[in-house]
Amino acid sequence: MNSKSHVPFIRTVKISERSGKDTIKIRIAAFVLALTAGGLFILFLGYNPLELYGTIISGAFRSKMAFQATIRFMIPLLMSSLGVALAFKMRFWNIGAEGQIIVGAVCASYFALFHDNWPHFLLLIVMFAAGAIGGGLWGLIPAYFKSKYDTNETLFTLMLNYIALHIITYLRDGPWKDPGSSGFPKIARFTSNAQLDKVLGVHFGWIIALILLVLVFIYLKYTKHGYEISVVGESKSTAKYAGMNVKKIILRTMVISGGICGITGMIQAAGSDMTLASSVAGGVGFTAIIVSWLAYLNPFGILLVSFLFSVLEKGSSVMQSTYGLSTYFASVLQGIILFFILGCEFFIRYKFVLTKKGGK
Amino acid sequence: MKISETNYAIELKGITKTFGKVIANENVNLGIKYGEILALLGENGSGKTTLMNILSGIYYADEGSICIDGTEVSITNPNEAINLGIGMIYQHFKLVEIFSAMDNIVLGTRGRYVKNSALREEILEMSNKFGLEIVPDKKVYNMSVSEKQTIEIMKVLYRGAKILILDEPTSVLTPQETEKLFVILRRMKEQGNAIIIITHKLHEVLAISDRVAILRKGQVVDTVNTRDTNEKELTELMVGRPISLEINRPETINRKTVLKVVDLSVINEDGTKGLNNINFNLKSGEILGVAGVAGSGQRELCETIAGLMEAKAGAILYNKENIIGKTPDEIINLGISMSFVPEDRLGMGLVGSMDMVDNMLLKSYKKNKGFIIDKKPSKELAEELVDKLSIITPGIETPVRMLSGGNVQKVLLGREIESEPNVLITAYPVRGLDINSSYIIYDLLNEQKKKNVAILFIGEDLDVLLELSDRIMVLCHGEVMGLVDAKNTSKEEIGLMMAGKKMEGVDSDE
Repeated sequence: MNSKSHVPFIRTVKISERSGKDTIKIRIAAFVLALTAGGLFILFLGYNPLELYGTIISGAFRSKMAFQATIRFMIPLLMSSLGVALAFKMRFWNIGAEGQIIVGAVCASYFALFHDNWPHFLLLIVMFAAGAIGGGLWGLIPAYFKSKYDTNETLFTLMLNYIALHIITYLRDGPWKDPGSSGFPKIARFTSNAQLDKVLGVHFGWIIALILLVLVFIYLKYTKHGYEISVVGESKSTAKYAGMNVKKIILRTMVISGGICGITGMIQAAGSDMTLASSVAGGVGFTAIIVSWLAYLNPFGILLVSFLFSVLEKGSSVMQSTYGLSTYFASVLQGIILFFILGCEFFIRYKFVLTKKGGK
Repeated sequence: MKISETNYAIELKGITKTFGKVIANENVNLGIKYGEILALLGENGSGKTTLMNILSGIYYADEGSICIDGTEVSITNPNEAINLGIGMIYQHFKLVEIFSAMDNIVLGTRGRYVKNSALREEILEMSNKFGLEIVPDKKVYNMSVSEKQTIEIMKVLYRGAKILILDEPTSVLTPQETEKLFVILRRMKEQGNAIIIITHKLHEVLAISDRVAILRKGQVVDTVNTRDTNEKELTELMVGRPISLEINRPETINRKTVLKVVDLSVINEDGTKGLNNINFNLKSGEILGVAGVAGSGQRELCETIAGLMEAKAGAILYNKENIIGKTPDEIINLGISMSFVPEDRLGMGLVGSMDMVDNMLLKSYKKNKGFIIDKKPSKELAEELVDKLSIITPGIETPVRMLSGGNVQKVLLGREIESEPNVLITAYPVRGLDINSSYIIYDLLNEQKKKNVAILFIGEDLDVLLELSDRIMVLCHGEVMGLVDAKNTSKEEIGLMMAGKKMEGVDSDE
């Protein structure tokens, strides 16, 4: 080999297919690296990483109560991730889950606040339906304008979030203001008739979430609708060519996507907050975007990822109070972990090759 | 410049390149001298393009070495290739439409700013030297395909390329334009350039090259002197066994007009005329060929018949019923099938990330009742197609984008034919296919023709159009230039029409 010629030391090579085993190995390696990097960060702040990680894990699992709290974190995350996954599968960038959750909660709250004398289960079913319809309509608006005028759904859904948020503020400060709160702007607490019952110590939203999980899985994988969603997501022109009514599919899917988020809102308000608070969505709609992509839009993957996220969430809140750390500490740690997990995707598609010696 | 007669301008030694498990090139040894035109002949998927991409710095070989003027070099990116004097002219032009010829030529070159007048002078001088016709101030969007190609050639010459690689340069040209290109290439050869031309058209190989290197399955199987060979031998080398090059044209009786296109005009999204007042009849049991340089209205014609594009005026009568205004779904149900194979080969007929089974479902999933999809019939169909058309795939569950281009097309056309249409519209069905697969496709089409299906065949290769079609319609700028009997016309006549010369229609109506 002519030593004078310049040969690259390392180059990237595309891998056509990696076995499932290798993929898992890479993901695990990324996770370990993420923990290491996060550990360095912790060390830099002057704490013992192992101790802190231990606190996160034990914080999420140490008692029945702690575990129940973890599950409570998980329910809205799991549900709204399933909702946005439907839209993402269609390559419709629904980042309006936040708003759809809120509107769903608002619609359900109307019945909780003003019809709480109805029979318990009838009331819950009506609230459930109201949540689904409210969220569905909030999802339908951007879909309608997208299919009719080809507006940008990313901006559209994002902006609708703020509108939804301010609807709550308006209701809180005006028509729905709790007369018994002596001037302090808040909405009244739901009566127990309008609250979700507990099953195994957690409101039964978790059962609904699991049912939704199975339904979404079947819907995407085995139904005509699911097939249409994949084709539209892959290429709209192919879908048209195959005789699909693309507009109808977009509208329908967004109603379902928004509807699931709306149900999330209802569950949050009636199961967790027991009132309509402006923090009913509390950023879950945005976290859901990350969760569903990390899970490759696979419903069971979403279950796993949202569980891990909840463990991190609950665990870090315990860690915060134990060590007196800032709230943002957990966010930084989450960011570091995400960075590695997303970064490892590169190694799933490419590999580095050292240049071989010899010209033969 | 000191170049000894025996030295190779460029020499490849033992080049191997793999993509995953696929071996694109295996131990390729190849040399080309200055003042020589080497044709690189091979079927699609034989590794021609990969090899040239290694030369132009897009890929890096796994093994082997490249020598230029006897010195070993390493080409890690396209810039280095240019610095070494290697210029690649791609099949798909890489030009900035709104820039002038001159701007495109200097774009990306390093060096100090040159005044426009001086630059114009320099470009004109260079173009005279090589016999290129260039108007430096003409904008690219005003240029014809062959003018754009000339700019591409000028671009690499301006960068000082002495070794030119042309990837399928004639695929977008009319026969007359091809001849002009060959004149330019010969001129460049006389000026001492080394030229590699990649092609799969045999008569062009014989017309232009000095030597032919034949690639098969990633290996150079032979290198022969052009004057000592003929089409038959080259085909045998390329395919690996003797095959007949004749295309059947079975006669059918009782042809009836199935599709009547009347005064059809279509406006594109950008406001340009896609089709302008088109009239023709398509009969059952015939193959109506459509010729024309790329972008003459072929796509618009296909999409309008399939209901994907709106017509501005006119009618399309299918058995006396106007199908304009019907949805694609309704048109499919009438038994009109359209398959358009675009340049990227996947385009709109197939979903790349889905497997064969799911792709089989694309047009039939609505037929099974209920909410849940039944994949069994598609699975059977997929297996049947793999068998019948000898589709090479690791399995019917492999995403179709993993298949080679030829196999992708077999999947597409196979599915369309299996839906038993009455009218089959097929655009570029053999685009990028190897000879063997092409003949399978021609046979499939003829089989359909014998079943009295009306076939509209939009093709690229005039030789094929002349042999396969019963009648040929020529499009230019969205207008019909003429409709002639394929048996009584010539390539030259068609070529003239493709370039815009109107002929009296010989349409034998009713």
